[in-house]
Amino acid sequence: MKIKTLTSAIVLSGATLIALPSLAAETIKVGVLHSLSGTMAISETTLKDTVLMMVDDQNKKGGLLGKKLEAIVVDPASNWPLFAEKGRELLTKDKVDVIFGSWTSVSRKSVLPVLEELNGLMFYPVQYEGEESSKNVFYTGAAPNQQAIPAVDYLMNDLGVERFVLAGTDYVYPRTTNKILEAYLKAKGVAAKDIMINYTPFGHSDWQSIVSDVKKFGSEGKKTAVVSTINGDANIPFYKELGNQGISAEDIPVVAFSVGEEELSGLDTKPLVGHLAAWNYFQSVETPENEAFIKAWKAYTKNPKRVTNDPMEATYIGFKMWANAVTQAGTTDVDAVEQAMIGQKTPNLTGGIAVMNKNHHLSKPVLIGEIQDNGQFEVVWETDGVVAGDAWSDFLPGSKDLISDWTAPIKCGNYNTKTKTCSGQNY
Amino acid sequence: MALCCCLFGLFSLPSFAVESTSLDPLLADLVDAKISKMVPILDKIEKASDETVLPLFRTLLNGDLYYIKSTKQVVGQFDTNGETLYKDVFTGQAHPALTKRDVKKIRVNNTLRGYLRNAIARIQLTSKNSSVRESAVRELLSKLDDDTVDILERLYPHETNKKVKQAMGLALAMNTASQTQLAVSNRIAAIDTLADSLENDVRNLLTTLSNDENPAIQEASKAALDTIAQRANRFAFVDQLFFGLSLGSVLLLASIGLAITFGVMGVINMAHGEMIMLGAYTTYVVQLIMPNYIDYSIWVAIPAAFLVSGLMGVLIERLVIRHLHGRPLETLLATFGISLILQQLVRTIFSPLNRQVSTPSWMSGSWEINPVLSLTLNRLYILAFALLVFIALVIILKKTSLGLNVRAVSQNRNMAKAMGVKTNWVDAMTFGLGSGIAGIAGVALSQLTNVGPNLGQAYIIDSFMVVVFGGVGNLLGTLVAAFTLGIATKFLEPTTGAVLAAILVLVFIILFIQKRPKGLFPQKGRAAE
Repeated sequence: MKIKTLTSAIVLSGATLIALPSLAAETIKVGVLHSLSGTMAISETTLKDTVLMMVDDQNKKGGLLGKKLEAIVVDPASNWPLFAEKGRELLTKDKVDVIFGSWTSVSRKSVLPVLEELNGLMFYPVQYEGEESSKNVFYTGAAPNQQAIPAVDYLMNDLGVERFVLAGTDYVYPRTTNKILEAYLKAKGVAAKDIMINYTPFGHSDWQSIVSDVKKFGSEGKKTAVVSTINGDANIPFYKELGNQGISAEDIPVVAFSVGEEELSGLDTKPLVGHLAAWNYFQSVETPENEAFIKAWKAYTKNPKRVTNDPMEATYIGFKMWANAVTQAGTTDVDAVEQAMIGQKTPNLTGGIAVMNKNHHLSKPVLIGEIQDNGQFEVVWETDGVVAGDAWSDFLPGSKDLISDWTAPIKCGNYNTKTKTCSGQNY
Repeated sequence: MALCCCLFGLFSLPSFAVESTSLDPLLADLVDAKISKMVPILDKIEKASDETVLPLFRTLLNGDLYYIKSTKQVVGQFDTNGETLYKDVFTGQAHPALTKRDVKKIRVNNTLRGYLRNAIARIQLTSKNSSVRESAVRELLSKLDDDTVDILERLYPHETNKKVKQAMGLALAMNTASQTQLAVSNRIAAIDTLADSLENDVRNLLTTLSNDENPAIQEASKAALDTIAQRANRFAFVDQLFFGLSLGSVLLLASIGLAITFGVMGVINMAHGEMIMLGAYTTYVVQLIMPNYIDYSIWVAIPAAFLVSGLMGVLIERLVIRHLHGRPLETLLATFGISLILQQLVRTIFSPLNRQVSTPSWMSGSWEINPVLSLTLNRLYILAFALLVFIALVIILKKTSLGLNVRAVSQNRNMAKAMGVKTNWVDAMTFGLGSGIAGIAGVALSQLTNVGPNLGQAYIIDSFMVVVFGGVGNLLGTLVAAFTLGIATKFLEPTTGAVLAAILVLVFIILFIQKRPKGLFPQKGRAAE
């Protein structure tokens, strides 16, 4: 008798064991490909948590298509080739339906061939240099015309800046962005001698001579500004050195494209007050959606001091749109979702509606904020309405005639409007 | 005496006329105004008032001006010992009942800050303190409008302080030089006096004037610019030398501990960078413990970091390195493993994000020698500190019994053992000393760079480079190598850019090592073989 109950118990537990995997197969898998260690961990860990919060939230609403969502987190450790490896692992081993991931352009470029080979779907939430449009990627961060160009316009028109220092970290995003900016500035009549370009390695910490050069460059009679594409934690010693050498925001303002609330939270902001940043989102913007988002984020991280930032909003918009597209398509099949994505609309956290365009880029508003002493931004300028993201810059000779359109009949990421051909590349 | 009275009469009269009530409607306007409409209101406030308005402008400039939501009364926010207090900006009377919810911040932007700085300077032109007057004049050089020039012209003849008078003269000369309706000869005379100044604003003006319609003015300003450029270049050279010395001092601090563990003991310690990192995190923890005494925190952090890193060093030596004696490859791998463990440990305890270490107020800012040459204080202190640490270490090695033992063991272990030296103990102490010094370097680096788990990684390669270049086992070599590399990098950087400069230095060292494998100062004698 006793033995019988025992065996039945074993059989029962065995049955549950067998039942478990079949239950698991009923979930929709969301891959998270963000570095949790290494130099980019500072920025990317936050995005991993954002995706997990969104998944949690969606599950509380009952999941999607009657299934629960399941997040699968991997750590590519700020190691660019590892992004390709981990991406392949997510698509082949875990068979995820969608990936949210990448921060640096070099990591995106690394995982891109894998996505196209295995027909995966990825949402990329960070501002980037453009010059790319893949069928398998949705770019929810800003393209250069949604961040860099409006920022330079603001400097020229509102602050009367005539000389520009383009300072950046030495990799693909700053180099391409600066190339676009240089062409744009020259088209606007800025002389070559009024543009200074400077690159530094990742994690550069000795800024003395560069800041001193900037100071010299700015003391030649014309109003000067620094356009900074310096990435990651190299920003902190840079701003410190600016403060130490007595360069205030009124003399030489710095407008940054990679410094947000998260980066400022690890920093004594006194010497930075008044410097600028261009983004599509600031935590300080007061809208009901933003308030709810900040509240949810603080509750999820159990930290009342946690801040929100632009790539988080981009992740938020991307996730919402994906969820809507899956519901609309009635499946998680990549091709169906990809077509359903185009034209998706989701409210921005800063007001207005974000729209996914045919080129897989968003239409979003552009904001410029001044750094305040509490680590937040005060919006000093914004575009009227939204700006459509442009995958191929109009200011580079090589990409002037290219457009991206993933709807029939063009269905091409780099369609040449002059020759009416789609180049052989996949993107 | 009469002059003095006249001055006094001129500028103290309004202060009797103005009472705070007359500002109230303007302050109410200020509270209601949009940020873009605030300048005219502030202008009216400035005109209607005197130096009593300074606290208002200063609080607004610092972004500490708030208003009470219910009464729209303006108050300043003050932080005393971590507590937020609201006080009346004019009378200093506290409003203890107010909390953050009752008040709203009056926002400022760059335009307003620029305006406020000038307004404060204009008011301060009549300050009793001559250095305040002088800096006020210098502040105003960038924006010489008619009002300012009027005030300066009125004040100039009565000014008694030589320096202030000189600055005012400069401002007036700048004004004369830029007035197109004045006689050309007057303007040229003014331009000639400007050639003595290194002020930025003077150069800005002269650059504009060198495109003047009048060819004589053009020529004079070009000549003046040349004179200024020559002097400025001399100072720029000094500046660059200082940058090089400063980078050298950082390299010295980072590598000097390694010069002991690697140089003297011959242990390839890949965890050396993590010892630096531990020192930096110790600084962070010390500042967490004493948040109200940041200015003194460094003095606590230095011994604390020495102890933390030193003890960790002893621990590593006792537990791992001791057992791998004479097997360099295995030591390398084992210490590399330790470095990864330590990084992950810090990541788990403190999070992967960078930690914020504040700079004590006495280390912030710069020492302005003249308008083109200013040395940043934190770097200056670190340079001095690096030299002090170096001297202390040399004394320890040359004058103490520990130093004697260390040198004996490093020269001939067996012989030292035979003479009764406890080699085990000496090994542990040497490793502890080297690691402790690395910890101290971490305290200094926390003032310059990010305190994060990867801090050590950024310095390990540089440290090895310095030690190998200087000659393994030679402290003086480390000193010379650190400063040579620092200065070389900083003189290359302006022409080649930071990335190429680093590559060129590396290539140079590789070539140098080919020629002289034992570095700048090779060890001599049998012990070196």
